[in-house]
Amino acid sequence: MKNVLCAVAGAAALLISAPSLAQTTLTVATVNNGDMIRMQGLTSEFTAKNPDITVKWVTLEENVLRQRVTTDIATKGGQFDVLTIGTYEVPIWAKKNWLVPLDKLGADYDVGDLLPKIKDAVSVDGKLYAAPFYGESSMVMYRTDLFDKAGLKMPDSPTWDFVIDAAKKLTDKSGGVYGICLRGKAGWGENMAFLTAMANSFGARWFDEKWEPQFNSPEWKKTLSTYVDLMKQAGPPGASSNGFNENLALFNAGKCAMWIDATVAASFVTNPKDSKVADKVGFALAPNTGLGKNANWLWAWNLAIPAGSKKVEAAEKFIAWATSKDYSKLVAAKEGWANVPPGTRTSLYQNPEYQKAAPFAKMTLASIDAADPNKPTVKPVPYVGVQYAAIPEFQGIGTSVGQQFSAALAGSSTVDAALSAAQSSTEREMKRAGYIK
Amino acid sequence: MARMVTTRHKVISTVAAWLVGFLIFFPILWMVLASFKTELEAFAIPPSFLFFHWTTENYVTVQERSDYLHHALNSIIIAGGSTLIAMLIAIPAAWSMAFSPTKRTKDVLLWMLSTKMMPPVGVLVPIYLIYRNLGLLDTRTGLVFILCLGNLPIVIWMLFTYFKEIPKDILEAARMDGATIGRELIYVLTPMAVPGLASTLLLNLILAWNEAFWTLNLSTLEAAPLTVFIASYSSPEGLFWAKLSAASTLAIAPILVLGWFSQRQLVRGLTFGAVK
Repeated sequence: MKNVLCAVAGAAALLISAPSLAQTTLTVATVNNGDMIRMQGLTSEFTAKNPDITVKWVTLEENVLRQRVTTDIATKGGQFDVLTIGTYEVPIWAKKNWLVPLDKLGADYDVGDLLPKIKDAVSVDGKLYAAPFYGESSMVMYRTDLFDKAGLKMPDSPTWDFVIDAAKKLTDKSGGVYGICLRGKAGWGENMAFLTAMANSFGARWFDEKWEPQFNSPEWKKTLSTYVDLMKQAGPPGASSNGFNENLALFNAGKCAMWIDATVAASFVTNPKDSKVADKVGFALAPNTGLGKNANWLWAWNLAIPAGSKKVEAAEKFIAWATSKDYSKLVAAKEGWANVPPGTRTSLYQNPEYQKAAPFAKMTLASIDAADPNKPTVKPVPYVGVQYAAIPEFQGIGTSVGQQFSAALAGSSTVDAALSAAQSSTEREMKRAGYIK
Repeated sequence: MARMVTTRHKVISTVAAWLVGFLIFFPILWMVLASFKTELEAFAIPPSFLFFHWTTENYVTVQERSDYLHHALNSIIIAGGSTLIAMLIAIPAAWSMAFSPTKRTKDVLLWMLSTKMMPPVGVLVPIYLIYRNLGLLDTRTGLVFILCLGNLPIVIWMLFTYFKEIPKDILEAARMDGATIGRELIYVLTPMAVPGLASTLLLNLILAWNEAFWTLNLSTLEAAPLTVFIASYSSPEGLFWAKLSAASTLAIAPILVLGWFSQRQLVRGLTFGAVK
């Protein structure tokens, strides 16, 4: 025990005697996505302009990062100066006063240039609490060669009836080609992101205006039974364990005629280095049922500053640099326009060079525009968020509902049983959290 | 005839042992193979076993993007430090409980084990707050301390069972012959306990090396060990298996080599009780 005490005392002594640095060191926490890795690689460009700032990176897996950053911000641990957080966290954390409002990003930052839907998603009461680094929606990616062969033509904004019909026609199980690949892996950010967006297009909602869960509604039943039937007839085997990466691998290997998922996937499936079908991919808006809502979501990874940070000024400088128009130009100059982080600025989509380099630009923008975090579905809802409800309880609730729905897809449960289990578990959690009595 | 049967038995049991061994080793082998594939091949279905385009680009990427040596050094210090301190505390504790038990010894042992029954995430926030206030967040000292505490119950239990196996009579005989406590410890007890001590040390080292909850949650940059290095290669959007495999291969390499070299001690120690 003495040894331990000595060690602790030693460490404390070291900490106290640590010399104060003239240099400001920023610790940036981020996820391991291509655009973030690129930003990490370009850090020297920022430090060259700001020699008094050093940037250090902590890259973690999404769920680990979420837990790590949440613990730190909730306890005011002060381990990070810039956080990469999703649109789900921004409104919740802003309301808890955990984030520094970003109103000093500089005169040439041009907040008005941010895509309005994305800006809405990271603002609370008109104040920006995080700066979007890249944004995404979801859309249909389809194989133009298979559609041509079958004599089908994908409309820009297809209906679910068309998609279901085409998926069935294009399925060739003996040839290893499946009509449609969709997420099935349980998780609030996995199958529930897709299914919630799909449910919106069927007119379903998570909660009514009084926070009563709505899984017993006919709209949810129609959503889930359509999804399960479609996947049974035209989906790949073992779909209940497929997430984004699994479907990406299937699509790139030429095994899916259609795939509905994040718009960022467009740059992966059209990259000949990774994809066998790079030159045969078309894009369309996520399907609808004619109710005025498409089955597409809205998400952005954003940079934010934790409240209580002692390096706000340097952090603001860094955020302003990483999410600026100049940063887009920098990436374009170094790695080409197709690699510029998408989905945050209007000017990018007006840039003819970007339009030329990214054939999916038009559909990405249209998809982002078609999603509304404040009015996600047909009927009114008390929550913000398209494929999630921005309340702290949602991660737990969403994942447990996701497990029920994944079981229905795997065939170990029925649609009715999954819906009633989802209803009762959500009711229980919402009662426990005090939203309903 | 009888000889033939034994030969056949031998062959069968050898084959069976190799098969089981291969089965257990397979995930590690698969990871090493995946680390030499391209991302697309690592994800391909059906997967290719050996006939793919071998590449070391993942290792190059991993080297470029992270500081392996920094993480490895942290892992060595944290795993080694916590193991040594745990052993220093556990040896006298287990010794006294094994050789001069009181009526409370059993309760004490059970109480120690009970601390392992709570999921660590349950105390994450209190520990995080304590660490924040003591300035121990993202320090090697902090991680050595928490891993040492976390593994102590296991270490004490293991050592206790090894010491229990040593007959008290031998100690008494030594005392009868006029051995002092010091001589008794060094010449009588230590030689008998070495396999047990060695296997406890190694197992504890492996446990501390692989510990991924506290090391991920209490470290940021300076003290981040190899677990953090691995976690930085998993990606929600984009293929990552090959790079993750390369990072994992690098991370387990030192402990794997150590395991191979000390295999005999480890097996002897782990089967020590059964031999008796």
